[in-house]
Amino acid sequence: MPRCRFEAGGRGRRGELSNPNRAPRPQIPIRDIGFDARTTRDQTERVMFDTIDAVLLARIQFAFTVSFHFLFPAFTIGLASFLAVLNALWLWSGKQKYLDLFRYWVKIFALAFAMGVVSGIVMSYQFGTNWSVFSDKAGPVIGAPMAYEVLSAFFLEAGFLGIMLFGRDRVGPGLHMAATAMVAFGTFLSAFWILSVNSWMHTPAGFAIDPETQQFVPTDFWQVIFNPSFPYRLAHTVTAAYLTTAFIVGGVGAFHLLRHRRRGEHPTPATRTMFSMAMWMAAIVAPVQIFLGDLHGLNTLEHQPAKVMAMEGHYESHPEGAPLYLFGIPNDAEQRLDYAFGIPKLSSLILKHDLDAPLAGLDTIPDEDQPPVGIVFWSFRVMVALGFAMLGLGLWSLWARWRGRLYDMPWLHRAAVTMGPSGLIAVLAGWITTEVGRQPFTVYGLLRTADSAAPLEAPAVGASLIAFIVVYFAVFGAGTYYILRLMAHSPSSREPRLKDSSEGPVRAAGLTPGRQGHQPGE
Amino acid sequence: MSFDLTTIWAFVIAFAVLTYVVLDGFDLGLGILFATERRRRDRDVMMNSVAPVWDGNETWLVLGGGGLFAAFPLAYSIILPALYAPLVAMLLALILRGVSFEFRWKAQGGRWIWDAAFIAGSTIASFMQGVALGALLQGITVDKAARAYAGGWWDWFTPFSAFVGLAVVVGYALLGATWLVSKTTGDLQERMRRRAWFLGLATVGFIAAVSLWSPFLQDGYFYRWFEGTHILWAAGVAALVAGLNWALFHALHVHRHDHWPFRAALGLFVVSFIGLGLTMYPYIIPTEITIYEAAAPRASQVFMLVGAGVLIPVILAYTAYAYYVFRGKIDEDTGYH
Ligand code: HDD
Ligand code: HEM
Ligand code: HEM
Repeated sequence: MPRCRFEAGGRGRRGELSNPNRAPRPQIPIRDIGFDARTTRDQTERVMFDTIDAVLLARIQFAFTVSFHFLFPAFTIGLASFLAVLNALWLWSGKQKYLDLFRYWVKIFALAFAMGVVSGIVMSYQFGTNWSVFSDKAGPVIGAPMAYEVLSAFFLEAGFLGIMLFGRDRVGPGLHMAATAMVAFGTFLSAFWILSVNSWMHTPAGFAIDPETQQFVPTDFWQVIFNPSFPYRLAHTVTAAYLTTAFIVGGVGAFHLLRHRRRGEHPTPATRTMFSMAMWMAAIVAPVQIFLGDLHGLNTLEHQPAKVMAMEGHYESHPEGAPLYLFGIPNDAEQRLDYAFGIPKLSSLILKHDLDAPLAGLDTIPDEDQPPVGIVFWSFRVMVALGFAMLGLGLWSLWARWRGRLYDMPWLHRAAVTMGPSGLIAVLAGWITTEVGRQPFTVYGLLRTADSAAPLEAPAVGASLIAFIVVYFAVFGAGTYYILRLMAHSPSSREPRLKDSSEGPVRAAGLTPGRQGHQPGE
Repeated sequence: MSFDLTTIWAFVIAFAVLTYVVLDGFDLGLGILFATERRRRDRDVMMNSVAPVWDGNETWLVLGGGGLFAAFPLAYSIILPALYAPLVAMLLALILRGVSFEFRWKAQGGRWIWDAAFIAGSTIASFMQGVALGALLQGITVDKAARAYAGGWWDWFTPFSAFVGLAVVVGYALLGATWLVSKTTGDLQERMRRRAWFLGLATVGFIAAVSLWSPFLQDGYFYRWFEGTHILWAAGVAALVAGLNWALFHALHVHRHDHWPFRAALGLFVVSFIGLGLTMYPYIIPTEITIYEAAAPRASQVFMLVGAGVLIPVILAYTAYAYYVFRGKIDEDTGYH
């Protein structure tokens, strides 16, 4: 191929930069570059576009699509593990109720999973379509863990899902169990990598900045992946996914217990078992989650103090112990919390383990670096309130169990039904706290959201936003309806398999091997 | 041509895209052909022939996009905004057809809605993929100093890109038809045989037309294919395409073979894809940005290559296993109801 001439522009430099034989570049402290990032804003001339509008629309679009997306993984990460446990219990004990439960929940799983996949594909392209400057700059660092997510997690889930759903007869119980476990493991790996990427955006580490291209370049992938907020975020989010699933399963179980009671029937063993399993999860995992959330908050205080100030509503610094505000109306314009009601010094106790410890407020942060306080303040309270409500329900169930009345306490069951979607709400509230609290940066302290966006014209983003909203509500609305309809029928003994259930097969249940003697590759 | 890391990564991405095109190509094509089959039973059979594998097929698209992001971030951040509208349309279409696999069985009165969503989603996604390819080939306006796309939001739309869009729809339909020839029996298979032959001719027509058109889009393309000894290459590729078309016809109608038509159709795609690669190399955004300019730093390339080198073979192995588990004909008589 003659004439394949190209210029190796800029390559030498970059090659040098990451040459392992050279001493690694000293890592530039975040605060220092923060300043730099602000000046490059003017250098990156993008005035020809109406950036403000386009950026705002792009943010709304991203928030909308990622929130929808995350609702599904929050449910399926936990459900995949629950299914693996049910299948293992069935193989181990041979009790029909476990198989019934597996067959009941696997149909719901298939629906939720499909919605998670299609909404996720949108996410992986949206980085480029809407946040192209961010992609160019951060791609060399976070592209790699995201590629690992595809290679190690998405293929694993997709490859074994078909076998998990339809392969029991084809591959035998052992391999079927292995496939089910693989799908569960895949969902965990997926969370691992994407949360690592997301955490890097909050607490970047292990990189240098290429002076020529202004790209972030990796100096140490270990530090990139295990960046300071990652362990906390991973633990807290995966636990959140388990809680989300537990409360949905518990809510469905309680719904059927109430219905059986109203009809004067005995609840099926499957119904009782699922309620009981869910309540064990709530009782054990909810306190763990609160503990993890506290650790996560302390870590955030260390790395992103402005976010914690917004969560707490601390506009002013408190040199002699800061109050824990329970209520108040954040007023960004006046930089104060109106109608504040709080417990003196408690915030210092929680965050510093000392009643009189001084805590800095937003008055120490330049205006242009502050996150919007209102959203963060309220979403954080929603999450924490739900966390304590979950703990309350868990304790109540323990008490009912101890009294031997777990299946026979209508008020407990009503509460459990009400709390069914609480995990989903808490998870969204938590993410809103995290992401809005990071503003106005996409890579904290280094790259501003306004400088991350693609050079798109506002009408283009506006049109796509409307299209996303219409399609998402129609499609995922329908999907939610189908899931609720499946949940409304009670798990019968001898739950029909996917194949012969009245709803028809979810996937290729009808494949029979080589009936006519056709073999592949003949 | 030295095999440096950047070239290797270009091959990995190209491999992911090609695998996506042939794998999702046949299930998107099957969705397009859904429009021509009105009987519910035939539709059930068609959908079931890909239901256990479509998710895996589509994951190659995520690898193509994610791989581009990781290995050639500059290209990713220029191409995606340039193709904004077609890509958003493709994503929305993929949502519609992806959920149809599940929702179709759950809807009681509304099954027709998801059948329609499946057809429309598959057709639009295929068309938009072709439009994206056409727009990339015809060239993208780049502001090199700003490292950014510098065109408008309708630049992608030209007669050429629309033509390539149609070509991809027809080509995918060919893959879908030949896939169904190998997975079904009876009337349905017979109809697919006839459609496959017609679609095969149309595909070859489109390949010829696009090949003759594209050299006139950019100077370099013309030189690459038609000047000096290069014309021999062009003749060779043309001969291969003709040969594959002949093989397709024989397999379909002379030998009435079940599996070879699909393989011949795959061959057509592989040959066209290689031709495309030769046209573009070493550019990743033709005549603006080479793979070397767009490449991620060496440290990123090395780190990912370790993972890709180990995991891609493993993925191919278990994907093959999943296809093997669900091998054979779909039996029409095993209803579900
Ligand atoms: C079922 C879900 C759930 C529940 C009950 C809680 N959380 Fe949470 N929280 C999450 C689900 C979640 C989450 C969705 O997983 C987040 C968003 C991002 C992240 O790292 O985890 C999160 C973020 C998050 C953050 C922000 C960290 C940061 O961005 O730096 C803090 C400080 C807490 N949580 C603390 C708590 C506390 C003290 C809770 C106890 C009452 C609590 N969370 C309950
Ligand atoms: C890898 C994972 C993630 C990445 C890379 C990421 C990145 C981003 C980016 C680039 C933005 C746009 C800038 C902005 O306006 O804030 C954003 C905003 C946002 N993200 Fe995340 N995000 C991730 C995960 C999530 C998840 C899972 C959720 C919740 C379900 C979430 C919730 C939000 C919200 C609510 C906003 C809007 C914030 C605002 O408008 O100020 N994010 N995120
Ligand atoms: C902005 C950030 C995100 C992006 C770009 C993204 C990307 C994707 C993509 C492309 C898929 C589909 C893969 C396939 O074809 O199978 C997917 C699915 C998935 N994602 Fe995300 N994701 C994001 C946030 C998250 C977060 C924060 C989590 C977990 C904590 C997560 C967990 C999952 C899981 C478990 C799946 C599998 C599908 C499912 O269970 O529903 N994602 N994601």
